[in-house]
Amino acid sequence: MTLSLNSFLLISGLLFAIGFFGVLLRRNVLVIFMSLEMMLNAAILALVAFSRFNGIMDGNIFVFFIITVAAAEIAVGLAIIVALFRKRQSVMVEQLSSLKN
Amino acid sequence: MDILFIIFAVLTVLPAFLMVIARNPVNGAMFMIISFVGMAALFVLLEAFFLAILQILVYAGAIMVLFLFIIMLLDMDEVEKIHPKTVTMLASVFGLALIVVGVVVLLGADGLTGQTFAALPVAPDFPSAENPMELAVSTKSYGFGLFTKYMLPFQLTGLLLLIAMIGVIVISKNRESGEEGSAS
Repeated sequence: MTLSLNSFLLISGLLFAIGFFGVLLRRNVLVIFMSLEMMLNAAILALVAFSRFNGIMDGNIFVFFIITVAAAEIAVGLAIIVALFRKRQSVMVEQLSSLKN
Repeated sequence: MDILFIIFAVLTVLPAFLMVIARNPVNGAMFMIISFVGMAALFVLLEAFFLAILQILVYAGAIMVLFLFIIMLLDMDEVEKIHPKTVTMLASVFGLALIVVGVVVLLGADGLTGQTFAALPVAPDFPSAENPMELAVSTKSYGFGLFTKYMLPFQLTGLLLLIAMIGVIVISKNRESGEEGSAS
């Protein structure tokens, strides 16, 4: 096996960039939320790779916590989106600007 | 470079990009599931087998099903008609290019050849007081870490899940029907 740490970090960085791109580009709150998940996953991949190449367990256990917190975050975020949709009948960020002015 | 790594990397990155540019959110969620499975395969390459299974069960299983359920519930057929503004598109492409160039410059300097894998113990043979913990592939070592060194964060995570559950119930409770229920 000649896999290097840098190749995993490259994949992680690319995923983070793609998630960032999605957050900036898309207008749909749900897709923005999915892109946020993608960025979180990129961080998880980097943690696992660092943990593996340093030979310590702590990074892997930290990933366990991140997955748990992500699940809680998704549940709360989706509940907020549903409540928002019920009130406004829209999930596009352009039409959710009532705090402006 | 390992051929498996290239396959799994493409399986992870390409669906992620397709998810971002997909018009239909349902297609996007499907691409996202493929991307998560590819990432679980990358975890297997990194010998984090427990995390690979957890990734598939929690992310591809629970979270994406929740997303698909909400997409179905919100009836997204008529959304996404508005095209993003040119300025927005330029800015996001610029941001993407900036991060990609930064990553490639940071990592590609020594030609993607860094350290290679070291020999790995198969059982948790570290003493409990040792810090940091040594890497081991077995699920037992995860449990050992969670219940010794990371006991307090583990319990706090449980509390966080409880708080999230209560929060979701409070947010998604229908106010009008709740008041009627209390009045009658």
